[in-house]
Amino acid sequence: MPEPQRTCPAGAVVATLEKPPAHLGDGASTARKPRGLWSDAWHDLRRNPVFVVSALVILFLLAIAAWPSLIASRNPLSCDLALAQEGARPGHPFGFNGQGCDVYTRTVHGARTSVVVGVLATLGVAVTGSVLGALAGFFGGAWDAVLSRIGDVFFGIPVVLGGLVLLSVVSGSTVWPVIGFMVLLGWPQISRIARGSVITVKQNDYVQAARALGASPARILLRHILPNAVAPVIVVATIALGTFIALEATLSYLGVGLKPPTVSWGIDISDASPYIRNSPHMLLWPAGALAVTVLAFIMLGDAVRDALDPKLR
Amino acid sequence: MGRYAVRRLLQMIPVFAGATLLVFLMVHVMGDPVAGLCGERQCDPATEARLRQEFGLDKPVWQQYATYMAHVFTGDFGTAFNGQKVIDLMASAFPVTIRLTLVAVVFEVVIGVALGVVMGLRRGRPVDTSVLLLTLVVIAVPTFVTGLLAQLVFGVTWKLVQPSVSFTAPLDELLLPGLVLASVSLAYVTRLTRTSIAENARADYVRTAVAKGLPRHRVITRHLLRNSLIPVVTFIGTDIGALMGGAIVTERIFNIHGVGFQLYQGILRQNTQTVVGFVTVLIIVFLLANLLVDLLYAVLDPRIRYA
Amino acid sequence: MLLEVRDLSVEFRTRDGIARAVNGVGFGVDAGETLAVLGESGSGKSVTAQAVMGILDTPPARISAGEVLFRGRDLLTLPEERRRGIRGAEMAMIFQDALSSLNPVLSVGAQLGEMFTVHRGMSRKRARAKAIELMDRVGIPAAEDRAGDYPHQFSGGMRQRVMIAMALALEPALIIADEPTTALDVTVQAQIMDLLAELRRELDTALILITHDLGVVADAADRIAVMYAGRIVETAPVRALYKAPAHPYTRGLLDSVPRLDRKGRELYAIKGLPPNPLRVPSGCAFHPRCPVARDICRTDEPPLFDAGEGRHSACHFWRETLDG
Repeated sequence: MPEPQRTCPAGAVVATLEKPPAHLGDGASTARKPRGLWSDAWHDLRRNPVFVVSALVILFLLAIAAWPSLIASRNPLSCDLALAQEGARPGHPFGFNGQGCDVYTRTVHGARTSVVVGVLATLGVAVTGSVLGALAGFFGGAWDAVLSRIGDVFFGIPVVLGGLVLLSVVSGSTVWPVIGFMVLLGWPQISRIARGSVITVKQNDYVQAARALGASPARILLRHILPNAVAPVIVVATIALGTFIALEATLSYLGVGLKPPTVSWGIDISDASPYIRNSPHMLLWPAGALAVTVLAFIMLGDAVRDALDPKLR
Repeated sequence: MGRYAVRRLLQMIPVFAGATLLVFLMVHVMGDPVAGLCGERQCDPATEARLRQEFGLDKPVWQQYATYMAHVFTGDFGTAFNGQKVIDLMASAFPVTIRLTLVAVVFEVVIGVALGVVMGLRRGRPVDTSVLLLTLVVIAVPTFVTGLLAQLVFGVTWKLVQPSVSFTAPLDELLLPGLVLASVSLAYVTRLTRTSIAENARADYVRTAVAKGLPRHRVITRHLLRNSLIPVVTFIGTDIGALMGGAIVTERIFNIHGVGFQLYQGILRQNTQTVVGFVTVLIIVFLLANLLVDLLYAVLDPRIRYA
Repeated sequence: MLLEVRDLSVEFRTRDGIARAVNGVGFGVDAGETLAVLGESGSGKSVTAQAVMGILDTPPARISAGEVLFRGRDLLTLPEERRRGIRGAEMAMIFQDALSSLNPVLSVGAQLGEMFTVHRGMSRKRARAKAIELMDRVGIPAAEDRAGDYPHQFSGGMRQRVMIAMALALEPALIIADEPTTALDVTVQAQIMDLLAELRRELDTALILITHDLGVVADAADRIAVMYAGRIVETAPVRALYKAPAHPYTRGLLDSVPRLDRKGRELYAIKGLPPNPLRVPSGCAFHPRCPVARDICRTDEPPLFDAGEGRHSACHFWRETLDG
């Protein structure tokens, strides 16, 4: 659940004394070469330590998700019950879990599941949400009313609750039901944002001008509106990616998400929770990995938002 | 104002119908409720048919939905398969969860708003930056991990509280679970308040208030806070429903016998009546909370009231 | 002298360096006098006004030098609590955009009444009566009914009247009006200026009128101070300045106003752009745009020369300019 959109009092012109070049007149604009929104944002992002650190964490995560055996060559499913709940020892820096599996290997291999669930759910939500939101915003009227009400219905169902009910029906150990559920309940959020920005952009003079010049609706939507509406969607989607990873773990903890033999941080945390008093290491490592991953995506989204929205500085 | 309220109430009806139908359908495909009823062994066909008729399960699903909704509006949520009335389960579960939610909301308001105001007024200072980072960490750690760790640290290691809450769930035992339940929202409230305060602090009307020669505390409380808290109030209002739904995780960790516990049991035992009943009530709470927020918004912001 | 500003300098710290928004500005205002401060956006006129009022955001702004003497006391060394008592009561300010300058969630009556409850300790009931009286005085129809309305329910002109009422509430000795009519329709502009002039005369209030609009200045002001790049480049009585400016910048401003008696001729425009406050040109800041600039203008910063008859000009060649 990303941060709700701030509501700004209509017409409240923020005094820009904090940024004198803008305040002190036109002369200032000659100081810097004008750049586009994206290249300007990129220029800022490269200098933002928060962005650099979170981007590096995410790159590392993607790498071990693609090739986990690079840093963990053991099989995450080969376990020895004799070693159950044992602590760290040479070659096994994170110790063993309740079934005697190597916690380090499982934590590394768990990254793939989280990344797959996070990325696919985000893609699904972003595509579905943007398309439906853009259609609702662009065509308005009945389209808008129906789509917005349907969105409200899905929005009206608390996520964990919906997951518990819906996913308890669908069994199986693949990631697809979980991803499908996230898309089903997640799209209205993106759709609202896409709808809002399409409506804003639609009223801009240059779009009105294009329309007056006789451009077709498809051309206006693709060439003029989408490129401008895409920034807020990307920001929210990045943050949502982190929260989807956390949601997968939560659902797995409740026993309705992923199931063994899938290797997932959520399953490992859930399995470790009964032993938390005596062997907290079983829980701390996958939980730490999960927290760092979610944090990296949220901070990345936060940094991108700040870069794309100069008003917030 | 009255007309506004009525209009919002009417807009809620299709959303309510849609959401409950959705849940009804979900639960309907959740599996065969009768199958789980005869315990481990297979039910004999005659008993099964009788049970199906008794619960109306032989009718088409839309008819079942209509009948169910008609009953709900007379306060009849049906009977669970083990013979307990669902309304009785609710009577024992909801007070517990409402207490838990209230504790969480109080934490959100008191800690979240206070931190946010302090940070917003000291934007860019060390206090601000460090709390800002802390809120991100709190948001990033899933509630169930926070809960398990809090239980471990406060309940087991330091022995400050009981690791699990007793059946009656008195208020003092709900403090830690309430804080855990509130944690993520609390971080959001803090960030939201901070942004809102920082943004409004630079607004022209605040400059006017200073130019009028008002004392600083009056500028902050009467002019700055009033405007800045509008989005925060909205967030907290919408969050009440989400908290009650999210209480499932917290209640499971601390073994609290509230709504989440009953729902969880209902789902494990495929007790459709319990699940549908509880979810329906939760959706009503969620929608009412949203309505309340809209009305509160109109009260706080005259620009909406007279729009 | 009611207000005397001496050698005032204000800096802004930015990511790209220190911007000197106001640079050694000095001027005086007598009781009951109207001084117009004229300049383009970015010339430092609003920052000067905010420094005098004591409502600059510090940081990023910093008053690096100067004195602001009001009734003989230096406001800049006064403790904040004393200063607060002066703001609103002895000197008040009218802002450009009344919609954003009024609090959107408080009724107009409450915002006016606040002046009386805070500064005069009146009861809320009496303050409300005073608020209605004020609204009536600035020409808001049905004041009694409208006191409970919110700013967004008023028209632009009526909102600016509310701002004026707020500034006049405690009958201050000095009002600073920062572009009070810029955001308004032309027809409403005249009404607001008339109202301001009328009330000012009645209460014998001094006025600092900050504007970029030469048309507004001619009728309203006694004296003019022209600002450029954070400095005052010319001060003079209104008539004298209009008749014969003593600074090339002022001349450029006057020539770029469309006039009926020069019909058919191409309108003059000052070439170039106002300077970046981070990189103000050496010597006379106006030299890159000045039609009469010579070598000395690039190297030596001109002081404010006394040109007689209450006139001052910061131009090495003020005599030549004055003679046309």
